[in-house]
Amino acid sequence: MTFIGSEAFVRLVEVFTLQAGYNANTVMAGTAVLGAAAGVVGTFVFLRGRALISDALSHATLPGIVLAFLAGSALGFQTRSLPLLLVGATLSGLVGVLAMHALTRIRRITEDAAIGAVLGSFFGLGVVLLSYVQTLSAGGQAGLHHFLLGQAAAMARSEAITIAVLAAFALILVVLFFKEFRLAAFDREFAAGIGWPVSAIDLGMAALGVAVTVIGLQTVGLVMIVALLVVPPVAARFWSNDVKVIALVAGVVGAFSAFTGAAASYAFTSVPTGAAIVLAAGAFAVFSLFFAPKRGIIGVAFAALRFRLDLAQARWLSSVAKGNEAAPRDPLVRAYLRMAGLTGGAGMPTAAARASAPEVSRNLDLWIAALARRPESVPPGVRFGIDRARDVLPSDLIAEIEGRAA
Amino acid sequence: MTTFLQIDLPAALTALFATLVCALAGNFLVLRREALLGDALSHAVLPGIVVGFLLSGTRAALPMILGAAGAAVLAAVLVHFVRRYGRVEPGAALGVVFTVMFALGVVMLEQGAAHRVDLDPDCVLYGQLETVIWLAAQGPGSLIDPAALAQLPRELVTLAVTFSILAALTAWFWKEIKISTFDPELATSLGIPANFFRFGVTLAAAVATVVSFEAVGSILVVAMLVCPAAAARLVANRFGSQLAVALAIAAFTAIAGYTAAAFGPAALGAPIALNAAGMIAALAGCILGVAALFTRHGGPWRRAAAQPA
Amino acid sequence: MLQVTRVNRDMDASVEPATPALRVRDLTVAYQGRPALWSVDYETPASGLVAIVGPNGAGKSTFIKACLGLVPALSGEVRVFGEPIGRVRRRVGYVPQRGSVDWDFPVSALDVVAMGRYGHVGIGRRLTQADREGALAALAQVGLADLAQRQIGELSGGQQQRVFLARALAQDSQLYFMDEPFAGVDAATERAILDLLRKLDHEKRTVVCVHHDLQTVADFFDHVLLLNRTKIAAGPVTTTLTAENLERAYGGRLMHGAGQAPRAAEARP
Repeated sequence: MTFIGSEAFVRLVEVFTLQAGYNANTVMAGTAVLGAAAGVVGTFVFLRGRALISDALSHATLPGIVLAFLAGSALGFQTRSLPLLLVGATLSGLVGVLAMHALTRIRRITEDAAIGAVLGSFFGLGVVLLSYVQTLSAGGQAGLHHFLLGQAAAMARSEAITIAVLAAFALILVVLFFKEFRLAAFDREFAAGIGWPVSAIDLGMAALGVAVTVIGLQTVGLVMIVALLVVPPVAARFWSNDVKVIALVAGVVGAFSAFTGAAASYAFTSVPTGAAIVLAAGAFAVFSLFFAPKRGIIGVAFAALRFRLDLAQARWLSSVAKGNEAAPRDPLVRAYLRMAGLTGGAGMPTAAARASAPEVSRNLDLWIAALARRPESVPPGVRFGIDRARDVLPSDLIAEIEGRAA
Repeated sequence: MTTFLQIDLPAALTALFATLVCALAGNFLVLRREALLGDALSHAVLPGIVVGFLLSGTRAALPMILGAAGAAVLAAVLVHFVRRYGRVEPGAALGVVFTVMFALGVVMLEQGAAHRVDLDPDCVLYGQLETVIWLAAQGPGSLIDPAALAQLPRELVTLAVTFSILAALTAWFWKEIKISTFDPELATSLGIPANFFRFGVTLAAAVATVVSFEAVGSILVVAMLVCPAAAARLVANRFGSQLAVALAIAAFTAIAGYTAAAFGPAALGAPIALNAAGMIAALAGCILGVAALFTRHGGPWRRAAAQPA
Repeated sequence: MLQVTRVNRDMDASVEPATPALRVRDLTVAYQGRPALWSVDYETPASGLVAIVGPNGAGKSTFIKACLGLVPALSGEVRVFGEPIGRVRRRVGYVPQRGSVDWDFPVSALDVVAMGRYGHVGIGRRLTQADREGALAALAQVGLADLAQRQIGELSGGQQQRVFLARALAQDSQLYFMDEPFAGVDAATERAILDLLRKLDHEKRTVVCVHHDLQTVADFFDHVLLLNRTKIAAGPVTTTLTAENLERAYGGRLMHGAGQAPRAAEARP
């Protein structure tokens, strides 16, 4: 393939290493900051289950963008004014949110229907307005349709700086108020109990979500901005349960995806930036889905299989200790036992098996007794019947079980 | 008259069948409270459509439908994995999978464009109804002339056929769809494979998306999957009337929307036409809004539901 | 003549007892590595209403769902009339918990009851007139014939429960699983449900109910299965619900509500 030597690839390297000129560098930097802000703010959007509402919000911005453009034309602007368009986008998006809220209050309209309805119909209205604008000869309207799928290369330097500043501001706010956001998200009552203004914090979080969505419209496009908010945290989710770690990883993934995607769209000029960025983030997510050690598919499947086999082994050893040496029926279990050196050629227990059987049997009995007495004491993340019960279960429960047996 | 037959009639009929086919499949998704699955599907099928397209070298429906079905299956599998292994809530899992797949589709489309394919991403978003024309129409006689009818635009024929097939399947498996939508556990306990029928409905929605997207684009498909059914929910109390009302609303929206976009501005003195697909989607939303405000099960004027005996 | 008959009857008595409606062996169900049910063995008696009781989270609903094949089992075997559940679905009826239904769904009470006939009719076929009449008759049996055309959301809680029972009747099954049929119903509905269950028992159908209320178990049911993830005890109500068994199952929660029970005070000698 002539990919390596092709013009596009050369350009890609140029942009990536910040050698493609001042304009491009500014845009790349701004986009990276946007990506970081989106990842971090997006962590809360994702954790609060607001991903799809954000999608409807971003689609609902289209009518506002076009109307703001028309207003700007009427006021005599020659080229598009980014701040004006963003204001229009925000207002329109908020109207969409209000519409969703009003619809959901009706019992027979569920939230998913409200979201889909607002998303489709507001976008439709925007498309109608866009088709109107295309019949005019107003200047600057060529870039309007870039708000759909994003186009970093079409950004003016001033616009890139605006975006970078706004995104940095949002990022700083999240970092400053991180612990407030985190507590309000996870334990509202406790936060309210210690006197925090929980509604204001919630509102702040939502506002930041809207802000990052709107800021990202020109770079990533309204169809895909929600992905930049949600895909990095989902990818991060496979690596940690701790909100701080998730937000950090999401920010890094977001920044890197944004940078890579923007570079790719400079190099391959026909590829819309939004698509390239989201694809980059998606690659991280897919990798995490499969290969993250504890939560990725491969890791979990392996662990589940081991649990099943180890439990079967424990149950078999237990029955051996009690005098029943019948081999298990499952061939996979039989093979596992043989590999562990616990059964000999004819499926008979080996000396090693007989030696360990009594202890394993007592352990398993403890587990079963615990389950019968106090099922809620079985902690999560622990392997029932396999891990040492004495180390894991509450000591008073152990004492009670053994006391009664005496 | 000839202009009408050559341009407006085929476009309006295409819009009509697109809205009907989407409202039909979307009706059951809305009843299952999975309206967003429609949103997800309309985005996720794009890479499948492009693959079908590139491999077959034509814009014929079948390769695209097969590609879309493959993409739908892939999306379903990925959503399942992301939910189960990432412990990610359904909405976010859906959002992640469908946006990434859509991005993949857009990139593939762009690369394909370098090769000869004439689908552009904007068309994917809001369709190109205006390219649906029937040049063979010469006058009212063409409506019953087999030679002229044989040259009806491909999109229109595909949509009409798809709608007929889906309608027939719906009628045949009416009670299975009803019970698997309402109470899948009971269905399974009765020996009716609920998962099979539920997946069948999902697949129908994917097919509806594919055959409609050329005409009205993928995002507007979402409006048509959801709005007519949601509005019908507010007035219907039976499974049958729910579907009938949804289809009626869809049909009305298509015709009225097309008329408004094509002839409205002229009526107001401006010699232009507006995007018909967008107008239809916007109108669908308006109708839902009106229904929400003024029906018994809707908003402020709603009386409290009669207390049960 | 009489003597021969008597001899035959004696011979019948020594013949193998009929296959139990439900036979469960070593049933284990786990969610994400934590057991919801562990090694449960159970067989339904020849006649009489069966209740499944146990504290919250004991796996009672899981037991029913595992028997029906609605959740996968980690190990163990379930036999319904001696066969795996997949082969005898037509003979098994299920009345799920009321909470799991979308009451805004556009169907009438009669529509819901008619669903009970779907298993008999087969896929792709229409309901017959006989099916429809059977559905209406089932509704009449629970006293709701005049509400047949009401959308289900317009019914009261007790009426909704009776609709689901009517659906079970329409299924015309030999074995019924019911999940808390008496939960949250008024006294009149309670009476109606109980009459219905007794009628099913009289027709030699087996009924297994998850029951939520220990106070009424002895009044309504003849046999009981006491579960707390493991099987604690099973048998006739009068002999199985002993203080010791209850304590093993509920761990003192009976006496002390939701809090922790003082164990030493409750210790048996």
